[in-house]
Amino acid sequence: MLAYIIRRVFQSLLVLLVVGLVAFSMFRFVGDPIDNMLGQERTQADIDRLRTTLGLDQPFVVQYAKFLGNAAQGNFGVSYRQGRPVATIIAERAPATLELALVSGSLALVVGIGLGVFTAIRQGGIASNVIMTTSLIGVSLPTFLIGILLIYIFSVSLGWLPSFGRGDTVQLGGWSTGFLTSSGLKALILPSITLGLYQMTLIMRLVRSEMLEVLRQDYIRFARARGLRERSVNFRHALKNTMVPVITVVGLQLGAIIAFAIITETVFQWPGVGLLFINAIQFVDIPVMAAYLMLISVMFVGINLIVDLLYFAIDPRLRIDGRHA
Amino acid sequence: MTEPVLSVRDLVVEIPTRHGLLKPVDGVSYDIARGEILGVVGESGAGKSMTGNAVIGLLDRPARIGEGEIYLNGTRIDNLSLHELRRYRGKQIGMVFQDPLTSLNPLLPIGDQLTETIQEHLGVSNSEAHNRAVAALDEVGIPAAKERIGSYPHEFSGGMRQRVVIALALCAEPSLVIADEPTTALDVSVQAQIIALLKRLCRERGMAVMLVTHDMGVIAETADRVAVMYAGKLAELGPVREVIGAPRHPYTDGLMGSTPLASKGKKRLHQIPGNMPRLGQLPTGCAFHPRCPYTQPKCKEDPGPRLKTCDGRAACWFPLDEPQATKGVA
Amino acid sequence: MSDISEPTRLAKAWDSDFAYKFRTSPVAMVSSAVTLLLVLAAVFAPLIAPLDPFNPASLNLMNGFTPPATPNQFTGDEFLLGTDDQGRDVYSTILYGMRISLFVGFAAVAFAMVLGITLGLVAGYVGGWTETIIMRIADVQLTFPSILVAMLITGVAKGFTPVEYRDSMAIIVLIVAIGLSDWVQFARVVRGSTLVEKNKEYVQAAKLIGRSPFTIMLKHILPNVLSPVLVIATISLALAIIAEATLSFLGVGAPPTQPSLGTLIRIGQGYLYSGEWWILFFPAVTLLALALAVNLLGDWLRDALNPKLR
Repeated sequence: MLAYIIRRVFQSLLVLLVVGLVAFSMFRFVGDPIDNMLGQERTQADIDRLRTTLGLDQPFVVQYAKFLGNAAQGNFGVSYRQGRPVATIIAERAPATLELALVSGSLALVVGIGLGVFTAIRQGGIASNVIMTTSLIGVSLPTFLIGILLIYIFSVSLGWLPSFGRGDTVQLGGWSTGFLTSSGLKALILPSITLGLYQMTLIMRLVRSEMLEVLRQDYIRFARARGLRERSVNFRHALKNTMVPVITVVGLQLGAIIAFAIITETVFQWPGVGLLFINAIQFVDIPVMAAYLMLISVMFVGINLIVDLLYFAIDPRLRIDGRHA
Repeated sequence: MTEPVLSVRDLVVEIPTRHGLLKPVDGVSYDIARGEILGVVGESGAGKSMTGNAVIGLLDRPARIGEGEIYLNGTRIDNLSLHELRRYRGKQIGMVFQDPLTSLNPLLPIGDQLTETIQEHLGVSNSEAHNRAVAALDEVGIPAAKERIGSYPHEFSGGMRQRVVIALALCAEPSLVIADEPTTALDVSVQAQIIALLKRLCRERGMAVMLVTHDMGVIAETADRVAVMYAGKLAELGPVREVIGAPRHPYTDGLMGSTPLASKGKKRLHQIPGNMPRLGQLPTGCAFHPRCPYTQPKCKEDPGPRLKTCDGRAACWFPLDEPQATKGVA
Repeated sequence: MSDISEPTRLAKAWDSDFAYKFRTSPVAMVSSAVTLLLVLAAVFAPLIAPLDPFNPASLNLMNGFTPPATPNQFTGDEFLLGTDDQGRDVYSTILYGMRISLFVGFAAVAFAMVLGITLGLVAGYVGGWTETIIMRIADVQLTFPSILVAMLITGVAKGFTPVEYRDSMAIIVLIVAIGLSDWVQFARVVRGSTLVEKNKEYVQAAKLIGRSPFTIMLKHILPNVLSPVLVIATISLALAIIAEATLSFLGVGAPPTQPSLGTLIRIGQGYLYSGEWWILFFPAVTLLALALAVNLLGDWLRDALNPKLR
């Protein structure tokens, strides 16, 4: 088991190195950093000086190593557009995105698994069919349309909830939170539903199909043949087995929430990292793009690792070598 | 005479399809008495497993019981609601499935699976359930049952797992056990042990056993009586010695010919020509007539007679008489 | 195809299980009808659209913000679905916008399909390091949401394109970005099938007689993977349409000079508060109908072609 974990960690590092290479190549080759940083009035001396300062005259590998070293210390350079260190900008923006992701992630997880189990157990029932059909609409609806629809209903027509921004925030150390004010909480409702809905439908449909698969298994038939109660068959026997394949995807979906936050944040003008990233793309602000790519990869790789470890906790079959070692 | 434990009357299992109603089980009747082992044999698709599933109410949709009655210890159970039927499952009818690898929940220790079943049906305390679980494992021959009770299914060999499955099926002391191909998925060396175990438990507890298999050898060794099924119908039903020794249905006769029985000293194996017809394409008349060596015009028109009673008789218009008929074939 | 064999073949197709499932599924019939209708409308947009929204001569700024099916207060012109801020007929912009959306969608899926099938075939057939590299890239890419991959590619491509060409290149960038973000599924299916076929005797035989087993395999693999590829392609089409709309809505896709449905929605969102709802509403409904119809069709196809999944 330990060997397995070490191998996984090693693979994760490899993935990060590759992503780092992509980010670095963007940084180095897309557009000319010198062009981007110096104005129109520049001399050859300026260019040479900056080239040396940035280390652009050094061999590729050295530059790449430096880039990685800097990135590991949280130094991603300076935003072309804002002229401030990328790390600072991202640190300012991160709480907004993380709070939004936390709320929508919990929503997607709880409701998604609940509805998935329900529709699997009541397969063919009216309620399940209605939920399944609605969910298909949910999957087909682009996230931004859901957001606009919610804004139209709850902000424009009813005037109940704010349509943009985070509301009032409270500064806790370096963290600005919207959880502590009523306007902050109100502002969270629409964006988190918008962001969570898609993942929720995905999780629901996955849980449903996996659970239906499990319900067909011999051990479920055997559990029924032993006269166990439906509740015990469904929850004690089927649900746990359902969760084994579901965990990977759910883990990835929760990671994807951070990425999908880009869309939600644009619709609601939510001052998070996603909005920052989309603006960076519009203005080709490479350092911000590269930093975002690196951060999100670290997150995805981390989630992947956690998911792998969760397998060991749930499935005793994987613990064999650990037990006898 | 005592009442049979299981009594099946004119059972029809039907599956509605686009091409009409299929009947994988068509008018089957039999009884099983206390302490008796009834072997049910036939090729795959003959409806033998379907019969067992119908008895315990585990038919997969859209299959359903179309006609007929099923009595367990005198109580009719085929028309019970799912909720009522659940009380019979495990408690009065135990079921052993074919593949021990897939019959056990891989994520729960076997002890948990045992105690939940015991508590469900017997309503005893936790510690009592635990003791009974250990006793049940002991009884089916799991060595060091006390230590093994916390183990997961994957930590047992195939044969040991099937013992666990049998312990699970029997832990609430049912009066009827349906064993659906209990040895098919096992190594040959283990098969005999499992059969011996089933036989012993049946004798000791006086259970009725319905042993579904396609293996005539297993039947010959284990069963008291045998029911031969062909294309959803009973072809022959009778005491195992008589049916094997002097089959009266040409299909049984052919089946015997296809089974290597060293003791019979047959010269060579002969096979029944052709295959069992698919359900949607049953021939008119007796379903066996296209493959039967003795077909007469009547066989092509009139469906074979239904077997109603439980004494050795074949569902055939022209049953083979005595052992000399067998010689006629060879 | 001779005239004689035609009806029997048609009759056979009509009688097949697939056709039966299709005829008895209202969802399949309605969604394919809607898809067909919208595709035809997009293809024939220049013939159907009452006005060419991109011809400045046909525009009258006075016609701006005309509500649907009511005469304009200054000019008296009437527009079925109203006009936008520039006085463009919303109905016509939708037809033209759908052209862009569908074109990008189809082209991106075609690109992803060709790329995926090729890489899958190469990975499965060549094996070794080539396979490891291709499939590892696929695995890594699969852990990232495809919309994110598409955004990154768009961003990088923008960086490479000189500012003055960015708008004209935008559509191609979109196709490449969405296509690159979506090849993995195709590659996986084809690779799996290739691994099975590779060791069959006819491939060995082809090698012996010196024919390229590669092309022969392609001939044998394509029929095998036709139904999964069809299902993936249909679902991918829905995803590609949504991805394109999303990118355009975010302002990194189709430019205002060549607006797709997503761009129109982006423009319309600005007028939601001031009451000109139709500028946003009709493009949104069209996009929804398109995405939903294709998605339902793909969903139904998957169920119809793989009964096991139900």
